[in-house]
Amino acid sequence: MNKRRIEFYVGLFVVLGLVCTIYIFVVLGEIDFIRDTRYPVYGFFTSVSGLKKGARVEMAGVEIGVVSNVMIDKERLLAKVELSINKNMTLSEDVIASVKTSGIIGQKYIDIAPGGSDVMLEPGQEIFNTESSLDIESLVRKFIFNTDKKSP
Amino acid sequence: MFTASLEKIGGITIRLFKSCGRLFLFFIRGFINAFILPIQFNKIIDQTWFIGAKSFFVIVLTAVFTGMVLGLQGYYSLAKFGSEAGLGAAVAMTLVRELGPVLTAIMVTARAGSAMAAEIGVMRVSEQIDALKTMHINPVRFLFTPRLIASVISLPLLTALFIVVGILGGYLSGSILLGINQYDYMDAVIKSVDIEDINGGFSKSFVFSVVVTTICCYRGYYTHLSSGFGARGVSLSTTNAVVQSCIFILIFDYIITFFLV
Amino acid sequence: MTAPLIQFVNLKKSFETQEVLKGIHLSIYSKEITAIIGKSGTGKSVLLKHIIGLIHPDSGEILINGEPVHLLSRGKIKAFQKELSYMFQDNALFDSMTIYENIALPLVENKYYKKNKIRDKVMDHIKELGLMGSEKKFPAQLSGGMKKRVALARALVTDPKVVLFDEPTTGLDPIRKKNVHTMIKEYQEKFEFTAVIVSHDIPDILNISQRIAMLDEGIIQFEGSKQDVLDSQSTIVNAFIRGEEALAKK
Repeated sequence: MNKRRIEFYVGLFVVLGLVCTIYIFVVLGEIDFIRDTRYPVYGFFTSVSGLKKGARVEMAGVEIGVVSNVMIDKERLLAKVELSINKNMTLSEDVIASVKTSGIIGQKYIDIAPGGSDVMLEPGQEIFNTESSLDIESLVRKFIFNTDKKSP
Repeated sequence: MFTASLEKIGGITIRLFKSCGRLFLFFIRGFINAFILPIQFNKIIDQTWFIGAKSFFVIVLTAVFTGMVLGLQGYYSLAKFGSEAGLGAAVAMTLVRELGPVLTAIMVTARAGSAMAAEIGVMRVSEQIDALKTMHINPVRFLFTPRLIASVISLPLLTALFIVVGILGGYLSGSILLGINQYDYMDAVIKSVDIEDINGGFSKSFVFSVVVTTICCYRGYYTHLSSGFGARGVSLSTTNAVVQSCIFILIFDYIITFFLV
Repeated sequence: MTAPLIQFVNLKKSFETQEVLKGIHLSIYSKEITAIIGKSGTGKSVLLKHIIGLIHPDSGEILINGEPVHLLSRGKIKAFQKELSYMFQDNALFDSMTIYENIALPLVENKYYKKNKIRDKVMDHIKELGLMGSEKKFPAQLSGGMKKRVALARALVTDPKVVLFDEPTTGLDPIRKKNVHTMIKEYQEKFEFTAVIVSHDIPDILNISQRIAMLDEGIIQFEGSKQDVLDSQSTIVNAFIRGEEALAKK
């Protein structure tokens, strides 16, 4: 085959391959080339069982950010969750963050209920009001042992 | 009887270690030559054309069907739990972490690896490698290094192509044939794959590219030592090259997955 | 006479259990054509490959200009080997390259000359060996005789001081054989290189070589000029020469 043609096809192949690679890294891997589209806030939970990095953060069912890190706070022995909230979304300091489940065995996500305060959360600050994930097992136990109280 | 079998085991062990050592030295020689100037641009382009560009359509075809099968199989498994919406996640994770790198490497072995072993093997048995030596051309640099570089360039690109086309294939069978909401599908694809998964997938394809090229070129280059001369020797070393490449792809796949998880 | 360019002293080589060379003593002198004759399978090619370093001896010594190889520095050996060139029995042309690329390869890869100079040099050799018009063909498209000429061109294009020919005429018809022999002789006189030819073309080879060595049973049975060969009383030499001659006359 002609040398120029070989070079043409190699070039085409490399370009197409690179387009696919970039697509995978940017769209699937969610690398942010523009770093500052989100800002971090933190929340402490007694249990975030099942919550994973990359999970959605919602307000009124609309996605406003992602969970960017889940770790343990060694002093308070609580789960420390880093939430990356979209820049255009400001949260007041009395919002309530709760771990919720979509569907009965579905994925965990963080729901944020809006607050009424005029003081807004600054990047890096902490959400004070948190609700941990629902423990179905203890819920069922509570339900069984409390039946006599609820019955009329 | 007893000593005879001991001798046999010993002989096999010694031969195994010898060929492992030779394989490793062969790789080192090729690797070092990649950094010795001048860079062999023309040969690298020719080999990239052969290993990469010519594998394009095979990879696209394999990827479409792999994606479609993953879509179908995943759908029927997930439908049992009522979570069809997660199909995109299943397809994308499988492709990025596992099937993309592995199937691409195996297809490249079948298409280009066998050809490498056969071509270099023929050059060995028809004394072309000796002829290179008499012309003071380093045969490892001349034959192996350009193929190694071309593979290291081509395989990750082909893997990326495989993953993207595979996800598209899953979309074809999942969304268009089985009617999963296309936004759900793409959302699950995007949400499920982490940067770690992608890094893992690409590191696999880098390792596979080195493994496949080294084994295939090594088999061809040392045809006279392991398989004998003539057409039979070449055919034997080609078969060995393909079989051993595939085995080592799967072994390394396990090792890398083990360390990544 | 001056010291021989290449000298073998008690050289031995075995492959697995078979001892091929059992103590070779042979001298090759500068600017002469030395022919190594003998039956097929007696290790003539093996002997030739020792000179260029493709095969290393089990024991014994190779002297270059009177100095043992193992005492020479790597650089000196490299420098000596750069002046060698080898024409293979089966040509060993690169079948994925065109004729032009084949001949140009040793020059291109070693960067002996600038691009234009390489082109001129290669085209000169193509013209001289009558290969015009086939420089863009591949080896598989050529006849046996043409392949031989390509191999010859490739061996000569680097202007070597020593050329080793491994049966340059096998598989050629008698006319082409004569052609190749005259070609070697002409080139040798023109460029004054040292030639070592492995052959069994009796008597043609006797006419072009200054020295003849006969290899049989792993040792050099005979070494001398053409006249020495014809005058030889040795039964082995006689049997070989007469046998070949008798066949040639038929």
